[in-house]
Amino acid sequence: MKVEEKTIRKKFDKLNSDNIPKPNLLLHCFNAFWVGGLICIIGQFISDVFSKMGIPKDELGTYVSIVMVFLGAVLTGIGVYDKLGDFAGAGSVVPITGFANSIVSPAMEFKKEGFVFGVAAKMFIIAGPVLVYGIGSSVIVGILYYFLRW
Amino acid sequence: MGRRVGLQTVEIESKPRIIGTYNIVGPKEGQGPLREYFDKILDDDLNGTESFEKAESSLLYTAISESIKKAKLKEVDINYLLAGDLLNQLSSSCFAARDLNIPFIGLYGACSTMAESLSVGSMIMEGGLAHYVVAATSSHFSSAERQFRLPLEMGSQRAPTAQWTVTGAGAMVLGKKGDFPYVTHVTTGKVKDYGIVDVNNMGVAMAPAAVDTIKQHFMDTGRKPSDYDVIATGDLGIIGREFTEKLLLEYKYDMKGHYIDCGEKIFDPKRQGTNAGGSGCGCSAVVATGYLFKNMLQGKFKRILLVSTGALLSSTSSLQGETIPGIAHAVSIEFGGE
Repeated sequence: MKVEEKTIRKKFDKLNSDNIPKPNLLLHCFNAFWVGGLICIIGQFISDVFSKMGIPKDELGTYVSIVMVFLGAVLTGIGVYDKLGDFAGAGSVVPITGFANSIVSPAMEFKKEGFVFGVAAKMFIIAGPVLVYGIGSSVIVGILYYFLRW
Repeated sequence: MGRRVGLQTVEIESKPRIIGTYNIVGPKEGQGPLREYFDKILDDDLNGTESFEKAESSLLYTAISESIKKAKLKEVDINYLLAGDLLNQLSSSCFAARDLNIPFIGLYGACSTMAESLSVGSMIMEGGLAHYVVAATSSHFSSAERQFRLPLEMGSQRAPTAQWTVTGAGAMVLGKKGDFPYVTHVTTGKVKDYGIVDVNNMGVAMAPAAVDTIKQHFMDTGRKPSDYDVIATGDLGIIGREFTEKLLLEYKYDMKGHYIDCGEKIFDPKRQGTNAGGSGCGCSAVVATGYLFKNMLQGKFKRILLVSTGALLSSTSSLQGETIPGIAHAVSIEFGGE
């Protein structure tokens, strides 16, 4: 009985391409859609309430963002947002509440390493790259816009 | 004196006995299907400490000191403590050893540490260099997540192939005498890497190492799967276990009816949301000292093969795009009758 390791590896590669379970995309899209949508509806509701209270239109966005970030942070703090994220995926990651979650969760996690090298240094491990490339690309677009004004 | 058989196996003739074992697990493991086999189930996964790293260390300390008590020994009687864990610089083991009055050798084999420490311990015993040796290991879900993955409260989805690190520690005391299960063979594995890069697919990444070690054990000893009541891999999970079974068929070894995976056994994936199963050093440690060892004592299993499996990646290597090397070590344990 002589079986070469090459045969085993070939079989392994075949199993690996056929037998790895895939996430249920349709279900995940559906959950992401309605949870993400619901978060947006809440945002819109808050926007409408502020608007009724007489907040000027160009400041509304800032007010709504502040409230949504606050909600995201609170839900992270009380241990709800990670469960929501597991259920809704991108539906809870993409809205600004997800951004709050990505900053608050490492801040909580690394508190044990102290306020300087723990909380402060690790706070942006997830949001950091988003900020770097978000701000970076907005600068590039800004430069392009300056030269190619249409 | 022991002798080498075949390429990678050592026959342990002095039959070092496993004279005391102890395991301790977190709340989630305590709700799993193997709950009745655990010596202690925690209500609080911090175990009264202020960080998860300290908690893991306290679990390991408890497992080691309680296993020594169970063997009716004192710390000074133990000649070597062989232990390891997943954290950087083996911190759980080193900090547990700090509070123990035992000469300490730290071992890193990722999740293969239970079989690794038991292997090395048996060989030291066989050499007549120790009266008593303790082999132990631990892992903690939250400390492993901190080191290898994302913050706990971060809202993200787990892949279907992802595994859940077991919170738990297990220890075994090896001695020379008594009517206890004993080690007969040790097969030391080679590192195998078939090019998996996905850190959420560790069971599959480790499967080639498990296949190689199990195959080599059979070739070296001339045994076959049916010679064992149970062959237990450490933490391949549901998918890795299927891979291993299928790949061993290529070598004409049919594992059906003789094969379990500790990671698959320890959780109920549907009820507990653990996807592909359990993982971590603690996984094979608590299943070996619990389900396997206790069933041996009751005479249900007469001969078992413990094959703990480890994924030898680091958080740096995976960021640099390295593939995941795997390792597996096998220890054959017998009790009660030929």
